[in-house]
Amino acid sequence: MAPFIRLKFVSKSFADVVAVDNLSLDIEKGELFCLLGASGCGKSTLLRLLAGFESPTKGTIEIDGHDMAGVAPADRPVNFMFQNYALFPHMSVAGNVGYGLRRAGVRGDALDERVNALLKLVRLQNLGSRKPHQLSGGQRQRVALARALARRPKLLLLDEPLAALDKKLREDTQFELVDIQEKLDTTFIVVTHDQEEAMTLAGRIGIMDAGQLVQVDEPRKLYERPKNSFVADFLGTISFVDGVVGQRDKTGIALDGDLKIRAITNLDLAVGKAVRLAIRPEKICLSRTASTAPNQIEVVVEDLAYLGFATNYRVKTPSGQMFKLQQQQRRSNETPLSWGETGYVHFDPQDVIVLED
Amino acid sequence: MGRMNGLVLSLGALGFGILYLPIIVMIIYSFNAGKLVSVWSGASLKWYASLLENDQLLSAFGTSLLIAIWAATIATVFGICIAIAFVRFGNFRSRLALSAIASAPLVMPEIVTGLSMLLLFISMESLFGWPAGRGVDTIIIAHATFGMCFAAVVVQARLRDFDMAIEEAAADLGATQPFIFLSITLPVIAPAVVAAWLLAFTLSFDDLVIASFVSGPGSSTLPILVFSKVRLGVTPEINALATVMILVVAVAVIGASWVLRRRLAARSPD
Ligand SMILES: Nc1ncnc2c1ncn2[C@@H]1O[C@H](COP(=O)(O)OP(=O)(O)OP(=O)(O)O)[C@@H](O)[C@H]1O
Ligand SMILES: [Mg+2]
Repeated sequence: MAPFIRLKFVSKSFADVVAVDNLSLDIEKGELFCLLGASGCGKSTLLRLLAGFESPTKGTIEIDGHDMAGVAPADRPVNFMFQNYALFPHMSVAGNVGYGLRRAGVRGDALDERVNALLKLVRLQNLGSRKPHQLSGGQRQRVALARALARRPKLLLLDEPLAALDKKLREDTQFELVDIQEKLDTTFIVVTHDQEEAMTLAGRIGIMDAGQLVQVDEPRKLYERPKNSFVADFLGTISFVDGVVGQRDKTGIALDGDLKIRAITNLDLAVGKAVRLAIRPEKICLSRTASTAPNQIEVVVEDLAYLGFATNYRVKTPSGQMFKLQQQQRRSNETPLSWGETGYVHFDPQDVIVLED
Repeated sequence: MGRMNGLVLSLGALGFGILYLPIIVMIIYSFNAGKLVSVWSGASLKWYASLLENDQLLSAFGTSLLIAIWAATIATVFGICIAIAFVRFGNFRSRLALSAIASAPLVMPEIVTGLSMLLLFISMESLFGWPAGRGVDTIIIAHATFGMCFAAVVVQARLRDFDMAIEEAAADLGATQPFIFLSITLPVIAPAVVAAWLLAFTLSFDDLVIASFVSGPGSSTLPILVFSKVRLGVTPEINALATVMILVVAVAVIGASWVLRRRLAARSPD
């Protein structure tokens, strides 16, 4: 069976700007898909192409098996939740939520009933008669969500739905959004430039850069197995080690030179080839004394930041290689390392990421 | 610095004094019982009463009102269209050109506008036989045309900070273009539309110069009538009439700014 949404080689240019560049993507029914990327990378444009506010310069968009070329926004089984909510300022909350239903010919009691059910879904049942300017940011956000859900779209597009909320409210709302999505079994595509939000919400994340999808994967895969430096660097903190393959065996490689870091990989890398390794901070152990662990390197503490639940370190090897690492506070009686002290880091070869670029 | 402020303030006071004192004196003398305009001889409403009996004045007032209402309505409809073109269509350069075309009449001498309108009507009459002579209809057309430019400027200011996303939201929810305009765009810009209408109304109600060029027999507006009467000498009746005109215009202007202000206050977030 064909996927619910299929983008094939879609491009969109505005005058001299290429906002979406030859992008292909399949999304299954019922997925909560997140588009993540820096400002200006083309996320909103991609959503607007799906909603029908823009038409692609090249390529085809299929939704639910139908080619969307020339289909007006009103005729697509798609609704859009705007970046700044775009509520109708002169209408009440109920008027906003009911607008799409009235366009679909729902009137009278049936209309009231559906509007009330939607307001209940977003927990605004008592605010139906308020005007948008009498609501808080979080309430406006929920009105926008209810309005976008009113016509029971098969696909809901959300452009930075939580960007205008403060941190605490944003975290609560993230879970609500996932709840509602699961309850309704609608396909959601959510745009965000907040990586934590993407990780919390999404079943799958697409990382965008300059109009292209760099990698599409589950959050865990993206974090633990990023394909290239861009993705690795974009999601969370990471330390890079550039080197040359010194040894190659069945399960992995080891670097040449003074940092003989061993990494497990099945990439086809011959001895002598330049390679870039990456290690996440929480995978690195720091201790005062040497042990027999693999990938052990002597380092000096350059910098540290105490966070309460953990401490962030920046350490440097004698050859000048930097590592960023995070030590959880443990109940050990070993006093933690401080500025300028010498210690040893080690990490599992399994946790070393071998990047493809 | 203190002396400087004093100078600035007294110059300002002098300016406003010259502007408003005569008006106040005129209003006061409209309640004068005597026949002489400059000698106070007790309070009375008799000149207002005699206004009501003056059929010529009443019919001129009616003509002015009719012209102003039609002219303001036509001007507002055209003004909205021009404002939308201003803000939404074309590239930057064509918008600049359009904006120059639309704002030139704001500073054009009224004599020029009036004369050119007159020439237009005369040549139209000789070409198509319409408008036959000049009268209420030609004044309405002339007033609507120059009022349109003012209306366009007022409405486009409002349209400029109109969030286009709310129209897209309406389209996304299944509304067609004409319905979006009626149910979303128009209500949101309504305060500016009302203000534009009131502005066009006062401009038309006040106008003497353009109306003099394009009016015909039997289509004397109030300002035309007042002007012709004043040449025969100012009577207290004229004072009373001028006071009524001030009242009409003031209500329109204050109404316009009140509508705009109230809507702005309601719109500003919490
Ligand atoms: N209507 C337009 N005309 C011209 N250029 C546009 C238009 N819309 C978008 N662009 C350009 O296309 C690029 C992508 O824009 P887009 O709005 O998709 O970015 P985004 O990823 O949503 O960014 P943000 O996170 O800031 O919302 C930008 O360089 C932008 O300037
Ligand atoms: Mg955007």
